[in-house]
Amino acid sequence: MRSKTLQQTLVAGLCLVLGTLSTAGFAEEVRLQGSGASFPFPIYSKWFRDFSEKHDDIRVDYQAKGSGAGIRDYINEVVDFAGSDAAMNDEEIKDAKRGVVLLPVTAGEVVLTYNLDGVKSLKLPRDVYPDIFSGKISKWNDPRIAKANPGVKLPDSDITVVVRSDSSGTTYVFTGHLSEINDTFKQEVGQGKAPQWPKSNRFVKSPKNDGITATVKQTPGSIGYIEYGYAKLTKMPVAMLENKSGNFVSPGPESGSAALASAEFPAGNLPGSEVPDLRAWVFDPAGAKAWPIASFTWLLIPQEMPKEKAEAMHKLVEYSITEGQKIADSMGYIPLPENVVETVRDVAKHVKAK
Amino acid sequence: MSANPFKDKASPHSASAPPSAADYWADSLFRKLAMTCAGLIIALLAYILLEIGSQAMPAISEYGIGFVGGTTWDGSRDEFGVLPEIWGTLYSSILALIIGGIMGVTIAIFLTQEFLSQKVATVFRLIVELLAAIPSVVYGLWGIYVLIPMLRPVAGWLHTHFDFIPLFSTDLSGPGLAPAALVLAIMILPTVAAISVDALKRIPYKVKEAAYGMGTTRWEAILKVMLPTASSGILAALVLGFGRALGETMALAMLIGNSNQINLSLFAPANTLASLLASSFPEAGDLEIRALMYAAIVLLLLTFVVNVMGLAIQQYTMRKFEGKK
Repeated sequence: MRSKTLQQTLVAGLCLVLGTLSTAGFAEEVRLQGSGASFPFPIYSKWFRDFSEKHDDIRVDYQAKGSGAGIRDYINEVVDFAGSDAAMNDEEIKDAKRGVVLLPVTAGEVVLTYNLDGVKSLKLPRDVYPDIFSGKISKWNDPRIAKANPGVKLPDSDITVVVRSDSSGTTYVFTGHLSEINDTFKQEVGQGKAPQWPKSNRFVKSPKNDGITATVKQTPGSIGYIEYGYAKLTKMPVAMLENKSGNFVSPGPESGSAALASAEFPAGNLPGSEVPDLRAWVFDPAGAKAWPIASFTWLLIPQEMPKEKAEAMHKLVEYSITEGQKIADSMGYIPLPENVVETVRDVAKHVKAK
Repeated sequence: MSANPFKDKASPHSASAPPSAADYWADSLFRKLAMTCAGLIIALLAYILLEIGSQAMPAISEYGIGFVGGTTWDGSRDEFGVLPEIWGTLYSSILALIIGGIMGVTIAIFLTQEFLSQKVATVFRLIVELLAAIPSVVYGLWGIYVLIPMLRPVAGWLHTHFDFIPLFSTDLSGPGLAPAALVLAIMILPTVAAISVDALKRIPYKVKEAAYGMGTTRWEAILKVMLPTASSGILAALVLGFGRALGETMALAMLIGNSNQINLSLFAPANTLASLLASSFPEAGDLEIRALMYAAIVLLLLTFVVNVMGLAIQQYTMRKFEGKK
């Protein structure tokens, strides 16, 4: 027994040593390591895999840890780049000793998915869905929901609201939108990566996008918010929402692009640097066809990198904003508008070789 | 007559040979190795406590004891308190202990007291122990897709007919305390059952024969003789099971609903310390990480107190039922 465990330890140790040796063996390969946001992970992993296949000498690894963890890794310089749904705030930018270039590379929509037996399509007016998420409306047959859905048989049951248990960029974008359009929501819940949801038996929390999807799927009378990509992948029913212009729209590439079209990048540079500020939020997009809840997601790249890494990074960014955008649609993300692609290409030049 | 009759018995290959220098050496080496390993375990525990403690220090000095009584966890406003989590941890674990404990001990009696033939009992025991090999996340998924839909009508019925009892004051929307506690009970079942089986098997056969000889029935023998005699082992099983329930993370994060509230109802969503740690860590800010470390210390202390209490009860029953000092 004793010698067996010893043997196992030895074997494990040997494997570890061999593992280190073998990675050291491929030292001529350029490795870019990143971590961060989990929402763009499906598309990032496809991009990075395809990109690495095309370039034998470059390998890109990305770990979906969450935006906050990505920013922390970036500041602690354990990764070459990071991904974040909430960009970086001014304080975090100051903490990053090696400077940062923030590039929006893809965008997504947050959608409301629900579980109501026999209800194929559901319309939620602009004054109703914030009230559902602040607990003001608690029954499915509430007159305000019924009014927007004539002919739909709504059950006399409680609404179970499913929200994220982990702190997340998706929640940040979603609560940002709700706070923008509804003052009660802003005061009682507010914007945050993990805000104070009402304390009620009707609010349950689940981890990650898949957790919410599974919980909504299994809970009759529930509603939750997830990324459009996940809803598309799992074929969950999605509610139509009323946008700023008063139209009911469905999520999709067109309504997503329409939302991004109203995004305006702030004038000026990131604090303490020459890099233009690309942190644009569209918490309440205008436009007749715009989906109301959309957001960019950013890559965080140092301003100075070793020569080979900088070159590889430039190739990667170029790949993402050209080839990469072509698959965005099919994966449930919004392709970047042409003018944004141009801006990103320009700003990416601020990543320089040491 | 000069030949020593013991000579060939004392050959270096015989078991009765005096220990050689190498034997002494190996013996002392083994002793030292064992001591080092034992010492390392204590050192490791101390190191973990120290490391988490030093990381949690800023939060401890900032929030003090109010942290344990606070009911809000809000990273954006830097307000942290873990009372609902402590409540949820203890509530779910105690429920699991009651259900899993009763089931586990019953199974142990069933397997050891000649209800089954030896072979069938071994197969049964293996199956129960296999439950321990199922990963936590699988239990979580099973809970979401099988257990919750099964529980929902039962919970609804209990809520409509008995809602004056605080335990049933809400109905089950989806995740909640009841499915979490049930899954926990199944998860601790193998631990409780396996150790209780060992405890019951350790009782000398004479004890049972003596009981029968005094004219007890089978049930009297089991309840009045066997169980008290094995009580210290069974208690150890329960303490271990409870410890496992306190620290269980993944299945609970998926099933308990992660809602920071204190509610007596079995069907309301709740939260536990381990689940809070797992779900908040990845995106936590600086101060929140300190607060999470503080929460980890609270969990460690909770487990420690439970274990010490278990040991104390075990000592007491040993003295009372087994006549040991």
